[in-house]
Amino acid sequence: MSLNAKDYLNRDIVNVPKSGIRKFFDVAQTMPGAISLGVGEPDFVTPYHIRNAAINSILDGETQYTSNWGLLELRQEIALYMKSRFQLTYDPAKEVLITVGASEGIDLALRILVNPGDEVLVPQPSYVSYAPGVVFAGGKPVSVRTDASNGFALTPEAVLEALTPNTKAIILPYPNNPTGGILDREGLEKLAKLFVEKDLIVISDEIYAELTYTDEGHVSIATMPGMWERTIVINGFSKSFAMTGWRMGYLCAPAAFCDVMCKIHQYTIMCAPRQGQVAALQALRQGREDGWQDVAQMRSSYNQRRRLMVKAFRDMGLECFEPMGAFYVFPAIPKVGLTSEQFCEKLLREMEVVAVPGTAFGECGEGHIRCCYATALNLLNEALSRIAQFVKNL
Amino acid sequence: MRNLQMELLQILKEDCRLPLEQLATMTGASLEEVAAAIAEMEKSGVILRYSPVINWDKVAKERVEAMIEVRVTPQRDQGFDAIAERIYRFDEVKSVYLMSGAYDLLLLVEAPTLKELAFFVSTKLSTLETVTGTATHFVLKRYKSEGIIFEDGKEDKRLVVMA
Repeated sequence: MSLNAKDYLNRDIVNVPKSGIRKFFDVAQTMPGAISLGVGEPDFVTPYHIRNAAINSILDGETQYTSNWGLLELRQEIALYMKSRFQLTYDPAKEVLITVGASEGIDLALRILVNPGDEVLVPQPSYVSYAPGVVFAGGKPVSVRTDASNGFALTPEAVLEALTPNTKAIILPYPNNPTGGILDREGLEKLAKLFVEKDLIVISDEIYAELTYTDEGHVSIATMPGMWERTIVINGFSKSFAMTGWRMGYLCAPAAFCDVMCKIHQYTIMCAPRQGQVAALQALRQGREDGWQDVAQMRSSYNQRRRLMVKAFRDMGLECFEPMGAFYVFPAIPKVGLTSEQFCEKLLREMEVVAVPGTAFGECGEGHIRCCYATALNLLNEALSRIAQFVKNL
Repeated sequence: MRNLQMELLQILKEDCRLPLEQLATMTGASLEEVAAAIAEMEKSGVILRYSPVINWDKVAKERVEAMIEVRVTPQRDQGFDAIAERIYRFDEVKSVYLMSGAYDLLLLVEAPTLKELAFFVSTKLSTLETVTGTATHFVLKRYKSEGIIFEDGKEDKRLVVMA
């Protein structure tokens, strides 16, 4: 009789549920004609000059490790970028760390902060990996609810309600996946005051920062008074430069945080892949030289589709908060007794359109579905007309 | 050019059959503004025509296309314009470009059969006074045109569902 592996596993990790998205993936895979609004990445491919930089780097024999921190030129370019785009100042030598995707950044930030028993606030609905990340780090995730009535923005009241003496840190996932909600300057000011007062460390996931559709653009919590020293900013190249598969992310934080994060990174990862770093360097250099043309073009194209989606869902009679960030809309489903998950399953089977149930992003996502609009216009129009027909017949 | 016009051109380039209402929604402009911007571009000749991109290879009708390099003697005072005009007035000629390099004009010519196309070159084109030489290249297959890939199976490489 062979051993029962289950008896040997870490209980806390075993008890973390698998992502609710997986089930959908399996069904959708069997329907080649289905239109997917379930994707989580740009429909553009990485711009040619960026791909070419990586190819040339390989051909030039640049196949060695880089520094644990990442290429210095890349960190310098990131520091310039953070300064010019978000008015944030970081020392490229010890306050910028290149990671394997923003995902590694989230993991590192949680691991250096959490001691056993510490609680980390996770505003929801939000990206699926935060709460599991807190558990993997040995902490306790505490969900903080946000809702459509105030644009899925985190409020000081909701934070206060979730605070306990054990609260160590909070994740700030804005612009938000799946809701598209953002935090405006006024909201950030109020939150910042509270975070300073309650002595919380903030892990600010700003991966969608470039996809902000307000005139002011993205504002980072780290620019607020007293916040720079207590904020770990997470960003990456996936969404702003259509580089999801490259797995290139970075962390910006005070040296004392970065130093410890780099220690874990050094022992577990060594360094992010070199060619990804070279590609990322090209993306930032070219962007700085041409005034971020690619990014502006991409944002404008998403913005057109964003307006189209919101209007289409509202025309169907559904409540749809107008998202000002990322590339998702998060409409409410009709109240006909179906859960979000049942709604999405029925939509997939009957109309061959893939949407993601809101509950995949936290229980408070019930009653909503996430639809990604990073897809060709003709497919969006077709999907929207199928959904309209589906809703009408419910 | 105004931002709205530029944005409209980018959308129309992909699909010129979108209703005005949708164009207004997508650009965040009013219906009147969109209609006025398009009318202005039609009037000023920025938008010349709304026509589909057709893959003729999928249509049963026989049809021959060729790229023809033409060398000409430019005429006093008129340069290449007069001869270009003579040439673009032929119905068989779909496009005419003045080129830098080894020849002067590049034509895209279309005819129902190979024989008719050859006949066009030998009787209509080469006999023009200022034409000093031609080189005809027949199009065998069209892979991409007007930014559109003609091959089937352009697949989306993304995962269907991802968080």
